[in-house]
Amino acid sequence: MLESFIEIEDKLVKALQETAFMTITSLVIAVILGIGLGLVLYITSEPLLSKNTPVYEVIGFIANTISSIPFLILMIFFLPISAAVVGTKIGSKAVLVPLTVAAAAFFGRLAEASFSDVDKGVLEAVISSGARKSHVIFKIVLPEARISLIKNITVTAITVLGFSAMAGLVGGGGIGDLAYRYGYQRYKKEVMIICILLLIILVQLVQTIGDLTVRALNKRGR
Amino acid sequence: MSEQKRAGKLIDFEDVSVSFKQRKKVTEAVRDVTFSINEGEIIGIIGSSGAGKSTLLRTINRLQTVSSGRVTVEGKSIGELNSGELRKLRSNIGMIFQHFNLIGSKDVYSNIEFVLLENGKTKEEAGKRIDELLKYVGIEDKKHSYPGQLSGGQKQRVAIARALANNAKILLCDEPTSALDTETTEAVLNLLKQINRELNITIVLITHELDVVKEICDRVVVMDEGRVVEIGDVYDVFTRPGSEFTKTLIRKENRFVIPSNVLENAHGKIVRIDYFDENAERALIAEAIEEFGVRINILHGRIEFIKKKPVGVLYISINGEPVQTRDALKYIRENSGKMEVIRDA
Repeated sequence: MLESFIEIEDKLVKALQETAFMTITSLVIAVILGIGLGLVLYITSEPLLSKNTPVYEVIGFIANTISSIPFLILMIFFLPISAAVVGTKIGSKAVLVPLTVAAAAFFGRLAEASFSDVDKGVLEAVISSGARKSHVIFKIVLPEARISLIKNITVTAITVLGFSAMAGLVGGGGIGDLAYRYGYQRYKKEVMIICILLLIILVQLVQTIGDLTVRALNKRGR
Repeated sequence: MSEQKRAGKLIDFEDVSVSFKQRKKVTEAVRDVTFSINEGEIIGIIGSSGAGKSTLLRTINRLQTVSSGRVTVEGKSIGELNSGELRKLRSNIGMIFQHFNLIGSKDVYSNIEFVLLENGKTKEEAGKRIDELLKYVGIEDKKHSYPGQLSGGQKQRVAIARALANNAKILLCDEPTSALDTETTEAVLNLLKQINRELNITIVLITHELDVVKEICDRVVVMDEGRVVEIGDVYDVFTRPGSEFTKTLIRKENRFVIPSNVLENAHGKIVRIDYFDENAERALIAEAIEEFGVRINILHGRIEFIKKKPVGVLYISINGEPVQTRDALKYIRENSGKMEVIRDA
């Protein structure tokens, strides 16, 4: 196993870099977009803010549609759009677009749930004190939802990592691609095992970072 | 103080109705409510759960919009206010809740600071005001604690400080003591009384605890299925309830019955006497014994005070010559608030 590890070391490092690039970049953009999406869904469903059922239904439907398409298909479907956005149809960069879109739709729904979990009573209390709605959202709802948001970002990060394993299909590379091409197509069992171990370590790492952040935030008050 | 209480209407409900549409089913939470709240008074709204108390309370600061009718606060019809005017109105109406509703991610200081900054105070002005407020509600030492570190009573004090921060004229209380133990309830009620007296803040309080109403309210509104069934002075409503619903509500609360073995062992007629107003302070039993030479034995009794005026219930057995007993009963009937023969022997 050690031999084959040395043999593929270069490829492994490259795959790891590709996975990290795809996961981190799309996660960061998806979190920003998802918070926006979640906020819109939350605000348009909350009577104390600006309930607007038609807007909620339309945006919710779009988010659901994206989430219901298997990522593999979404990725292929998005190739022309990727070409327009990042200028290429192949490679890690091309995967960024569908990856971000899928992650944003996924995280948007989770963020909406995080916001909805903010105590309605607290919302009533601050609104009844004469606070502006925009301040209620940014100074109360967001900070109050932060722990739940971190938990959901962790879940999203792990999901994105999983999605990124399919990037090989469009030449995106990454650990999943390495496992497929060497481990499966060339019958190198060791490569497969190393890749799996690596993915397990990555997931554990992401989960641990998430848990530690939550714990640090919990220490203050509550 | 009683002069202030007659200072005039502050909040006016005119034919207020609120209905909710849920999955094609329309629920009428509040129906045709009309009454006024006077400046400087403490008014209680009671009724069973689902009677529309909370909904009605929330129409005062438009957390709940009305389906029809009009709510007027200080002469302004609040349904017509634009968002800026509404925020101004809300800053003048404090609100506290059963579960306190403090912002968990902010400490006591920041909880209060938020509402002050929202109403245009500078950080410096806010800091001064917060010290003042915390001193007034008696928790200066908790300035930098988080809500999670406070007891229920302390949380409610913070909530009260926050509600009063912008010099509110009206304080809406949504079951303010229902999550508190007896002792803390007492302390919070005293604080509310103090606020009403010293700051001349009008308090509208909803509760399902009749004792709270007896303790601090001047007037009480009784609601049943969205309607106001009775409104009046607390002492009057509790001693002479007008509606069947109020009677049932009071009876449920005063589960006041004699143990059956006491009844079995007692001789003679058994009578229940309710007395209130000036009758409550008379030595009625002693007078009856002296005048008619009957033997009266007190089986069970209780006296309580509503707004410092006594209300009593007494179960007695009465023995003696038939004529004298009859006259004694007649005398008691005429001089007590209400008399009822439980067992005629």
